[in-house]
Amino acid sequence: MALLALNLNHPAKFFDWGFVSVSIPNLIMIGLIVVLFVLALVVPFPTHKEDGK
Amino acid sequence: MATMWTTRVRRATIEKIDPQDALPDNQPSYVASWIYVFGVLTLAALAVIIGSGLILTVRGASWWHTSGVGHYVNSVHLWAVELFFVFMVVHLWGKFWMAAWRGRRFATWVTGTFCFLSSLATAFTGYLIQGDFDSQWIATQAKDGLNSVGIGSFMNTLNSGQALLLHVALLPLGVGLIVVWHVILVRKNGVVPPLDAKEIAGGAA
Amino acid sequence: MSTKERNVDLAKWSGPKRPYDLVKELVIALVVVTLLIGACAAVFGSPDERAVTLQQWGQNAPSDFVATATGELAGSTISAGYGAPYNDAAEGLTLGPLKLQKWAGITIPVNPAEDFVLKPLKSSIDSAVPTAVATWSAASADQQAKWAEDYAAAIEKAGDSAKVVEDAAYGPVPVMTAALLHLAQEGSLDGLLTTEVTPLPSDFTMPLLFLADGGYFDELGAQQHLHGDQWGMMNETGSYPGQSWLWMFSFMYQIEPFKSSENADSQIFAMLFLLNLGFIFMPKLPLINRLPRLIPFHRLIWRRYYRENNL
Repeated sequence: MALLALNLNHPAKFFDWGFVSVSIPNLIMIGLIVVLFVLALVVPFPTHKEDGK
Repeated sequence: MATMWTTRVRRATIEKIDPQDALPDNQPSYVASWIYVFGVLTLAALAVIIGSGLILTVRGASWWHTSGVGHYVNSVHLWAVELFFVFMVVHLWGKFWMAAWRGRRFATWVTGTFCFLSSLATAFTGYLIQGDFDSQWIATQAKDGLNSVGIGSFMNTLNSGQALLLHVALLPLGVGLIVVWHVILVRKNGVVPPLDAKEIAGGAA
Repeated sequence: MSTKERNVDLAKWSGPKRPYDLVKELVIALVVVTLLIGACAAVFGSPDERAVTLQQWGQNAPSDFVATATGELAGSTISAGYGAPYNDAAEGLTLGPLKLQKWAGITIPVNPAEDFVLKPLKSSIDSAVPTAVATWSAASADQQAKWAEDYAAAIEKAGDSAKVVEDAAYGPVPVMTAALLHLAQEGSLDGLLTTEVTPLPSDFTMPLLFLADGGYFDELGAQQHLHGDQWGMMNETGSYPGQSWLWMFSFMYQIEPFKSSENADSQIFAMLFLLNLGFIFMPKLPLINRLPRLIPFHRLIWRRYYRENNL
């Protein structure tokens, strides 16, 4: 499609480790979950000045 | 004692709802972490899934193969699903590590797991009705699993019409109802206090 | 830790609160997520690998097509020997003493020799076909099987159905399968198989079962890394992310005892059923429900609360 800035219509590359075989796009999505989880835990949540104190 | 059914239903439902619980404008001060926004993000992704899905439904199952606009809407539908699962899994991990089932919130956890499982089934039927090689492949592969335990005798993955109807009618209805139930339970019970929060005196509410 | 519920968890929160605008949060989330998804869709698009037709199969892999059609006549293909819900050619998979597949019954009747080969041949205009089909139909089941098996063996030996030397030992099978190939190549077999059950169909059981019996379709799946033993259940065509949420399902097909089990499908279904029960009842599972305390991610999530309360 003309809209596409990035063409993903080619065979995927795979991460192979022993019997584990994960496509790079899947690995990116799984990595995104881990990264978001870690960020959600460590990045301070903005709170209003007047609260709590 | 009221005997009218209408009165009983009203008392058991609407009159039980405290407006401040249903749509509170404040939260306990411990609700201060980005982990809390992933439930809402999951709902937002679900809204995009439903919205893009409705457009695809209106134009029919093969529209997106022939129209640029249709292909874009299909792409929105796909990425909404991918992000829906990403957000839902972060939400799930968050709730697990908070042990958010404490304080009689077990039912909230259970409805959450059903949200996840019913979403899997809905996504699966979506993959069956794309009308491309992926659908053909998934249909011919998945039939063996379903047949092996007898489910295939009534759920035929090779029957696109059946998969289409399951995907746009029965399963989204199921997911929708469970999600609504889950959200109602969250609002009803409130956000779980921190583990080892300072104990208070007195009995349960 | 005692599993006894604590008052503070049960009661409505009576400690400090702060303003929190849920509706604003939802609206912002909706806007941000919609923009994010809209951008992903514009940048990455979505895969649309064109569906395969029987015509393509006939044109690109004629020998595989003929061998598969012969296999349908010999009763040696996957669907010819499947069992429920298509036919009674096999017992089907079991789960210990449970014959769930068989017990569910034949609800989608498919007779591959009849449905994939003989019925479509009625539409062939090849003048040799009526005689060949009549010869086939008049023969005993044993004779039919012998013809088809011998021809299948000859194709296998020659490596290509086109190189098999004519021989009376194959009976009418070469004429029948060649005519079926012709129907496929000219494109009419797709329509014939799709409309076999009803002329305005939404059900592709017939053409897909036939297609999946062949090596051509199987090879296309392998090229896309979609096979079960390639973790294919999680994968998507092209370089798109697939159903990575099926990782556990996919994982089971890679390990023993399932990997080499004849009943892998039913056993893995049963395992997943149990695992999902565990998932649903996770808060009640000893040890696992203690993990949130043993690995204290919660100290990070509620760090402000613990700091402010010196806990």
